[in-house]
Amino acid sequence: MLHLILFLFFGTLCVAGAVNLLAHTHPINSALSLIVVMASLAGEYLLLGAEFVAAIQVIVYAGAIMVLFIFVIMLLNAGAEEHSGGSRIAILLGIPGAVIGFVLVAWTVLFHANTVSVPIGAEHGGPTEIARLLFGPFLLPFEITSVLILIAIMGAVVLASKPEAIAKRQPHPVSSETHELAGAGKGR
Amino acid sequence: MVPLSYYLVLSGILFGCGVLGFLIKRNIITIFMSIELMLNGVNLSFVAFAAQWHALSGQIFVFFVMVVAAAEAAVGLAIIIAVYRTRETLNVDQVNLLKL
Repeated sequence: MLHLILFLFFGTLCVAGAVNLLAHTHPINSALSLIVVMASLAGEYLLLGAEFVAAIQVIVYAGAIMVLFIFVIMLLNAGAEEHSGGSRIAILLGIPGAVIGFVLVAWTVLFHANTVSVPIGAEHGGPTEIARLLFGPFLLPFEITSVLILIAIMGAVVLASKPEAIAKRQPHPVSSETHELAGAGKGR
Repeated sequence: MVPLSYYLVLSGILFGCGVLGFLIKRNIITIFMSIELMLNGVNLSFVAFAAQWHALSGQIFVFFVMVVAAAEAAVGLAIIIAVYRTRETLNVDQVNLLKL
Protein backbone atom coordinates (compact mmCIF):
# COMPACT_ATOMS: atom_id res chain seq x y z
CA MET A 1 0.00 0.00 0.00
CA LEU A 2 2.79 2.38 0.93
CA HIS A 3 4.55 1.53 -2.32
CA LEU A 4 1.45 2.34 -4.30
CA ILE A 5 1.06 5.69 -2.51
CA LEU A 6 4.72 6.53 -3.13
CA PHE A 7 4.41 5.46 -6.76
CA LEU A 8 1.37 7.68 -7.23
CA PHE A 9 3.11 10.59 -5.46
CA PHE A 10 6.25 10.44 -7.60
CA GLY A 11 4.25 9.66 -10.73
CA THR A 12 1.98 12.66 -10.23
CA LEU A 13 5.01 14.87 -9.63
CA CYS A 14 6.60 13.47 -12.77
CA VAL A 15 3.57 14.04 -15.01
CA ALA A 16 3.00 17.50 -13.52
CA GLY A 17 6.59 18.41 -14.35
CA ALA A 18 6.26 17.09 -17.90
CA VAL A 19 3.01 19.01 -18.48
CA ASN A 20 4.60 22.12 -16.97
CA LEU A 21 7.49 21.73 -19.41
CA LEU A 22 5.00 21.83 -22.28
CA ALA A 23 2.88 24.65 -20.84
CA HIS A 24 5.62 27.22 -20.28
CA THR A 25 7.01 29.25 -23.14
CA HIS A 26 10.19 30.39 -21.42
CA PRO A 27 12.99 27.80 -21.68
CA ILE A 28 14.28 28.37 -18.14
CA ASN A 29 10.88 27.35 -16.72
CA SER A 30 10.90 24.27 -18.93
CA ALA A 31 14.40 23.37 -17.74
CA LEU A 32 13.43 23.67 -14.08
CA SER A 33 10.36 21.48 -14.58
CA LEU A 34 12.55 18.94 -16.37
CA ILE A 35 14.69 18.81 -13.21
CA VAL A 36 11.52 18.04 -11.22
CA VAL A 37 10.71 15.22 -13.67
CA MET A 38 14.18 13.71 -13.35
CA ALA A 39 14.29 13.94 -9.56
CA SER A 40 10.91 12.25 -9.19
CA LEU A 41 12.00 9.58 -11.68
CA ALA A 42 14.91 8.89 -9.33
CA GLY A 43 12.29 8.22 -6.64
CA GLU A 44 10.56 5.77 -8.96
CA TYR A 45 13.85 3.97 -9.56
CA LEU A 46 14.36 3.67 -5.80
CA LEU A 47 10.88 2.13 -5.54
CA LEU A 48 11.91 -0.39 -8.21
CA GLY A 49 14.98 -1.35 -6.16
CA ALA A 50 17.51 0.24 -8.53
CA GLU A 51 19.62 2.29 -6.13
CA PHE A 52 22.57 2.71 -8.46
CA VAL A 53 20.43 3.97 -11.33
CA ALA A 54 18.62 6.35 -8.98
CA ALA A 55 21.91 7.84 -7.78
CA ILE A 56 23.22 8.14 -11.34
CA GLN A 57 19.93 9.72 -12.40
CA VAL A 58 20.30 12.47 -9.79
CA ILE A 59 24.02 13.02 -10.35
CA VAL A 60 24.26 12.79 -14.14
CA TYR A 61 20.81 13.79 -15.38
CA ALA A 62 19.47 16.22 -12.80
CA GLY A 63 22.98 17.43 -12.04
CA ALA A 64 25.37 17.50 -14.96
CA ILE A 65 23.12 17.52 -18.02
CA MET A 66 20.63 20.03 -16.65
CA VAL A 67 23.41 22.34 -15.51
CA LEU A 68 24.64 22.27 -19.11
CA PHE A 69 21.15 23.15 -20.34
CA ILE A 70 20.67 26.02 -17.89
CA PHE A 71 24.18 27.26 -18.62
CA VAL A 72 23.41 27.43 -22.35
CA ILE A 73 20.01 29.07 -21.76
CA MET A 74 21.65 31.77 -19.67
CA LEU A 75 24.64 32.12 -22.01
CA LEU A 76 22.40 32.69 -25.03
CA ASN A 77 19.98 34.85 -23.02
CA ALA A 78 17.07 32.87 -24.48
CA GLY A 79 13.74 34.64 -24.22
CA ALA A 80 10.18 33.36 -24.53
CA GLU A 81 9.47 31.55 -27.76
CA GLU A 82 7.47 33.29 -30.44
CA HIS A 83 4.89 31.43 -32.48
CA SER A 84 4.49 31.64 -36.20
CA GLY A 85 2.18 30.13 -38.82
CA GLY A 86 3.91 26.77 -38.91
CA SER A 87 3.55 26.25 -35.19
CA ARG A 88 -0.25 26.32 -35.36
CA ILE A 89 -0.19 23.43 -37.83
CA ALA A 90 2.22 21.62 -35.52
CA ILE A 91 -0.18 22.05 -32.59
CA LEU A 92 -3.19 20.95 -34.66
CA LEU A 93 -1.44 17.82 -35.87
CA GLY A 94 0.84 17.16 -32.91
CA ILE A 95 -1.61 17.05 -30.00
CA PRO A 96 -4.04 14.51 -31.56
CA GLY A 97 -1.13 12.44 -32.84
CA ALA A 98 0.60 12.26 -29.47
CA VAL A 99 -2.70 11.53 -27.67
CA ILE A 100 -3.54 8.72 -30.10
CA GLY A 101 -0.06 7.25 -29.69
CA PHE A 102 -0.28 7.36 -25.90
CA VAL A 103 -3.77 5.82 -25.84
CA LEU A 104 -2.58 2.98 -28.08
CA VAL A 105 0.41 2.25 -25.83
CA ALA A 106 -1.65 2.46 -22.62
CA TRP A 107 -4.44 0.30 -24.06
CA THR A 108 -1.96 -2.33 -25.16
CA VAL A 109 -0.07 -2.58 -21.87
CA LEU A 110 -3.18 -2.37 -19.70
CA PHE A 111 -5.48 -4.81 -21.45
CA HIS A 112 -3.32 -7.01 -23.63
CA ALA A 113 -0.50 -7.90 -21.28
CA ASN A 114 -0.65 -10.28 -18.37
CA THR A 115 -0.08 -7.72 -15.65
CA VAL A 116 2.17 -9.26 -13.04
CA SER A 117 3.03 -7.29 -9.93
CA VAL A 118 6.56 -5.96 -9.66
CA PRO A 119 8.40 -7.30 -6.63
CA ILE A 120 9.58 -4.21 -4.82
CA GLY A 121 12.86 -3.89 -2.99
CA ALA A 122 14.32 -7.16 -4.19
CA GLU A 123 17.81 -5.75 -3.47
CA HIS A 124 19.44 -6.56 -6.74
CA GLY A 125 20.35 -3.16 -8.13
CA GLY A 126 23.32 -2.29 -5.95
CA PRO A 127 26.66 -1.01 -7.23
CA THR A 128 28.38 -4.37 -6.65
CA GLU A 129 26.13 -6.34 -8.97
CA ILE A 130 26.13 -3.55 -11.55
CA ALA A 131 29.93 -3.37 -11.51
CA ARG A 132 30.22 -7.15 -11.84
CA LEU A 133 28.11 -6.98 -15.01
CA LEU A 134 29.67 -3.78 -16.33
CA PHE A 135 33.25 -5.00 -16.05
CA GLY A 136 32.40 -8.54 -17.08
CA PRO A 137 30.08 -9.22 -20.02
CA PHE A 138 29.61 -5.54 -20.85
CA LEU A 139 33.28 -4.54 -20.76
CA LEU A 140 33.61 -3.83 -24.49
CA PRO A 141 30.55 -1.50 -24.68
CA PHE A 142 31.79 0.20 -21.52
CA GLU A 143 35.18 0.93 -23.08
CA ILE A 144 33.54 2.06 -26.31
CA THR A 145 31.43 4.58 -24.37
CA SER A 146 34.63 6.09 -22.97
CA VAL A 147 35.83 6.66 -26.55
CA LEU A 148 32.39 8.10 -27.38
CA ILE A 149 32.61 10.54 -24.47
CA LEU A 150 36.11 11.60 -25.55
CA ILE A 151 34.90 12.25 -29.12
CA ALA A 152 31.88 14.15 -27.78
CA ILE A 153 34.09 16.37 -25.63
CA MET A 154 36.36 17.19 -28.56
CA GLY A 155 33.37 17.80 -30.82
CA ALA A 156 31.74 20.11 -28.29
CA VAL A 157 34.94 22.12 -27.87
CA VAL A 158 35.44 22.47 -31.63
CA LEU A 159 31.79 23.33 -32.33
CA ALA A 160 31.35 25.81 -29.51
CA SER A 161 34.65 27.66 -29.93
CA LYS A 162 34.64 30.88 -31.90
CA PRO A 163 35.68 30.63 -35.59
CA GLU A 164 38.57 33.06 -35.05
CA ALA A 165 39.92 30.87 -32.29
CA ILE A 166 40.14 27.95 -34.71
CA ALA A 167 41.71 30.13 -37.40
CA LYS A 168 44.27 31.33 -34.90
CA ARG A 169 45.41 27.81 -34.17
CA GLN A 170 46.14 27.04 -37.85
CA PRO A 171 49.91 27.03 -38.48
CA HIS A 172 49.52 29.07 -41.69
CA PRO A 173 52.11 31.66 -42.75
CA VAL A 174 51.35 34.82 -40.84
CA SER A 175 49.16 37.26 -42.73
CA SER A 176 48.08 40.64 -41.44
CA GLU A 177 44.55 39.36 -40.78
CA THR A 178 45.61 36.51 -38.52
CA HIS A 179 47.94 38.92 -36.74
CA GLU A 180 44.97 41.10 -35.88
CA LEU A 181 42.92 38.12 -34.72
CA ALA A 182 45.74 36.81 -32.63
CA GLY A 183 46.09 40.22 -31.03
CA ALA A 184 42.37 40.29 -30.32
CA GLY A 185 42.60 36.83 -28.83
CA LYS A 186 45.41 37.94 -26.53
CA GLY A 187 43.33 40.91 -25.48
CA ARG A 188 40.55 38.65 -24.20
CA MET B 1 3.24 -4.30 -4.96
CA VAL B 2 2.72 -2.03 -7.94
CA PRO B 3 1.76 -3.71 -11.23
CA LEU B 4 4.28 -3.43 -14.03
CA SER B 5 1.69 -1.86 -16.30
CA TYR B 6 1.46 1.23 -14.05
CA TYR B 7 5.14 1.90 -14.63
CA LEU B 8 4.70 1.32 -18.36
CA VAL B 9 1.78 3.74 -18.51
CA LEU B 10 3.83 6.37 -16.66
CA SER B 11 6.67 5.78 -19.09
CA GLY B 12 4.21 6.13 -21.97
CA ILE B 13 2.91 9.41 -20.58
CA LEU B 14 6.46 10.77 -20.31
CA PHE B 15 7.32 9.62 -23.83
CA GLY B 16 4.07 11.14 -25.16
CA CYS B 17 4.83 14.46 -23.46
CA GLY B 18 8.28 14.34 -25.05
CA VAL B 19 6.87 13.70 -28.52
CA LEU B 20 4.31 16.46 -28.03
CA GLY B 21 6.97 18.94 -26.93
CA PHE B 22 9.17 17.94 -29.85
CA LEU B 23 6.31 18.66 -32.25
CA ILE B 24 4.75 21.83 -30.84
CA LYS B 25 7.69 23.68 -29.31
CA ARG B 26 9.48 26.30 -31.38
CA ASN B 27 12.49 27.00 -29.18
CA ILE B 28 15.42 24.78 -30.15
CA ILE B 29 16.53 24.33 -26.51
CA THR B 30 13.03 23.26 -25.43
CA ILE B 31 12.91 20.78 -28.32
CA PHE B 32 16.20 19.37 -27.06
CA MET B 33 14.77 19.06 -23.55
CA SER B 34 11.78 17.16 -24.98
CA ILE B 35 14.23 14.63 -26.41
CA GLU B 36 15.71 14.18 -22.94
CA LEU B 37 12.17 13.65 -21.63
CA MET B 38 11.63 10.86 -24.17
CA LEU B 39 14.92 9.22 -23.14
CA ASN B 40 13.79 9.35 -19.51
CA GLY B 41 10.50 7.69 -20.35
CA VAL B 42 12.33 4.85 -22.08
CA ASN B 43 14.72 4.54 -19.12
CA LEU B 44 11.79 4.08 -16.75
CA SER B 45 10.42 1.20 -18.81
CA PHE B 46 13.92 -0.38 -18.91
CA VAL B 47 14.20 -0.28 -15.11
CA ALA B 48 10.64 -1.55 -14.66
CA PHE B 49 11.30 -4.54 -16.92
CA ALA B 50 14.62 -5.19 -15.18
CA ALA B 51 12.80 -5.36 -11.84
CA GLN B 52 10.10 -7.52 -13.39
CA TRP B 53 12.42 -10.18 -14.80
CA HIS B 54 15.09 -9.96 -12.07
CA ALA B 55 17.65 -9.22 -14.79
CA LEU B 56 20.18 -6.45 -14.27
CA SER B 57 20.81 -6.01 -18.00
CA GLY B 58 18.02 -3.43 -18.11
CA GLN B 59 19.83 -1.25 -15.61
CA ILE B 60 23.06 -1.60 -17.60
CA PHE B 61 21.18 -0.39 -20.67
CA VAL B 62 19.93 2.59 -18.67
CA PHE B 63 23.54 3.34 -17.79
CA PHE B 64 24.51 3.32 -21.48
CA VAL B 65 21.48 5.43 -22.43
CA MET B 66 22.57 8.01 -19.86
CA VAL B 67 26.12 8.06 -21.22
CA VAL B 68 24.85 8.56 -24.76
CA ALA B 69 22.44 11.25 -23.53
CA ALA B 70 25.29 13.10 -21.83
CA ALA B 71 27.41 12.98 -24.99
CA GLU B 72 24.41 14.03 -27.06
CA ALA B 73 23.67 16.94 -24.74
CA ALA B 74 27.26 18.20 -24.91
CA VAL B 75 27.45 18.06 -28.72
CA GLY B 76 23.87 19.26 -29.24
CA LEU B 77 24.26 22.29 -27.01
CA ALA B 78 27.52 23.14 -28.77
CA ILE B 79 25.63 22.98 -32.08
CA ILE B 80 22.92 25.24 -30.60
CA ILE B 81 25.59 27.76 -29.59
CA ALA B 82 27.07 27.64 -33.10
CA VAL B 83 23.60 28.10 -34.67
CA TYR B 84 22.86 31.04 -32.39
CA ARG B 85 26.19 32.63 -33.23
CA THR B 86 25.46 32.63 -36.96
CA ARG B 87 21.64 33.14 -37.01
CA GLU B 88 21.06 35.23 -33.88
CA THR B 89 17.86 33.25 -33.21
CA LEU B 90 16.73 30.11 -31.41
CA ASN B 91 13.42 29.76 -33.28
CA VAL B 92 13.49 26.68 -35.48
CA ASP B 93 11.09 28.28 -37.95
CA GLN B 94 13.75 30.84 -38.78
CA VAL B 95 16.56 28.31 -39.08
CA ASN B 96 15.64 27.03 -42.52
CA LEU B 97 18.78 27.49 -44.59
CA LEU B 98 21.65 25.04 -44.72
CA LYS B 99 24.11 27.77 -45.67
CA LEU B 100 23.95 31.48 -44.99
